[in-house]
Amino acid sequence: MCPSIKRDSFAVQTLGISKTFGDFTAVDGIDLSVDHGELFSLLGPNGAGKTTTIKMLSCLLRPTGGTATIMGHDIRDDPLSVKQAIAVSPQETAIAEHLNAWENLSLMAGMHGLGKREAKRRSSELLEVLGLTDRATDRVRKYSGGMKRRLSIAMALVSDPQVLFLDEPTLGLDLQSRRAIWEHVAGLKGETTVLLTTHYLEEADALADRIAIIDEGKIVALGTPGELKSSISDVPVTVVEADNLTGDAVEALRQIYPVVRPTESGVEVEAEDVNLYDLDDCLRPRGVVIRSTYKRQVTLDDVFLHLTGKQLRE
Amino acid sequence: MRSLELAKRNFKVVWRDPLSLGITVGLPVALLLVLQAFGEFEEVFTPTALTPGIVLFGFVMLMFSEAMTLSRDRESALFARLLTAPVKASDFVAAYSLPYLSVAVIQGIVLFGIGVFLGLEVKGNVGLVVLVILLIAVFYIALGMALGSLLPVAPLSGAYAVVLLLTIFGGAWMDLDAIGGVFQTVGNVLPFAHALDASRDVMINGAGLDAVAIDLYWILGYTLATVALALITFRRKMLE
Repeated sequence: MCPSIKRDSFAVQTLGISKTFGDFTAVDGIDLSVDHGELFSLLGPNGAGKTTTIKMLSCLLRPTGGTATIMGHDIRDDPLSVKQAIAVSPQETAIAEHLNAWENLSLMAGMHGLGKREAKRRSSELLEVLGLTDRATDRVRKYSGGMKRRLSIAMALVSDPQVLFLDEPTLGLDLQSRRAIWEHVAGLKGETTVLLTTHYLEEADALADRIAIIDEGKIVALGTPGELKSSISDVPVTVVEADNLTGDAVEALRQIYPVVRPTESGVEVEAEDVNLYDLDDCLRPRGVVIRSTYKRQVTLDDVFLHLTGKQLRE
Repeated sequence: MRSLELAKRNFKVVWRDPLSLGITVGLPVALLLVLQAFGEFEEVFTPTALTPGIVLFGFVMLMFSEAMTLSRDRESALFARLLTAPVKASDFVAAYSLPYLSVAVIQGIVLFGIGVFLGLEVKGNVGLVVLVILLIAVFYIALGMALGSLLPVAPLSGAYAVVLLLTIFGGAWMDLDAIGGVFQTVGNVLPFAHALDASRDVMINGAGLDAVAIDLYWILGYTLATVALALITFRRKMLE
């Protein structure tokens, strides 16, 4: 264990944790400290190193450099104690297809050492919250994709862990299921430490106490959602939805407003005051048809774009 | 015991899978029923001569089914999730092995039941027969565990074919003494011939424990080595 780690002061602490696969560096010396009861989100695009980090913290992958502690237990020296403190909801749906929902939950509860009565109580509660009670005794191979995902998440929650790793928990879920899971996860704040990886901006924004933005295995920014957004700009963004937009038109607009970003449906102009007449005067003579304009606040996507030059939504 | 829940899950997987039961119990039974029909023409096809070899064939099928289940499981997201639970490698090995022991017991009862019905004469002490057969079953289950921990799904069929051939040429249907040469030497160093000799001797020839002790030591030695291999392999695969 690295001597500079102060045990027990954080629920999760990593110090220079790294993972390489041959020449490829998946995680590049990440330092993180997550407080007890905090809901911490790792936000980044696919392949940024989020899942690799979770796998190292849950003792499935051996780090090639650095280390981490979970509830004071070093992941290298004491994996069994780490595993006693954690539960993981992997990115893929991870359920036993031959069993029904009750049996799946009972399997995970038993493997985490929960007594039968407690396992039954928690299973019943989770099945209700995630809307699976009516189908709880059906073999799960007959479930829809969404139902399987919900059960997969319930299996991580059933053992009531001290530290919960949720790796892209709502990937591929419908809005209703996503909301149900968000509500449940938000209810864990203060009692369970949650490390949530996601590439859904709304998810991180709505749930997380703090967010670490990760790209190419490195943390590029860390803070509360508000801190991250205000760190790049307090200037509002004007969205211009337009047809026939050409490169010339965008360049002409940049002569008036220096920060102009082309989007799928038009452009975004970052400026304190955007005069709609000026916009019209600039774009109309160049054949551009403006469909609508509206103002919006800075999002985490803007933060990511600002920091990495890439968009999260890809 | 935390691994009990996993053993229960694996038990259900085995007993709820008709294909698995078909190849582990159904196939050996079918083979016994078909081959014994030739018993009136050739002595090697009488139920008495056939049953010990068919029991071993059943254990090979069991080993294959177990290795396939474990290897397939290892590549699944569920398995990665199970590995994040506070359970040791030895608990995993036990949880995957125990359900197959239950199948082995059923295999033995069914095959011997049919064998006796068809005319199999068990001359030896029944307790000793059970002990020897159980030890052989544990060896094949440990082998399935080791292969399933070590190999991905694709090459398992090849490993199965090797074990099946070694069991057959180890004496199940071919007499090693009659083959002689390198086959006999290799056959005697491997556990398969000893397994068949021991089961035949106690079952058909009425041999006592002393007479099969050497064979049992061979099987026991290989079983312990195979369990150790399975444990070491499994432990390594738990953290990559």
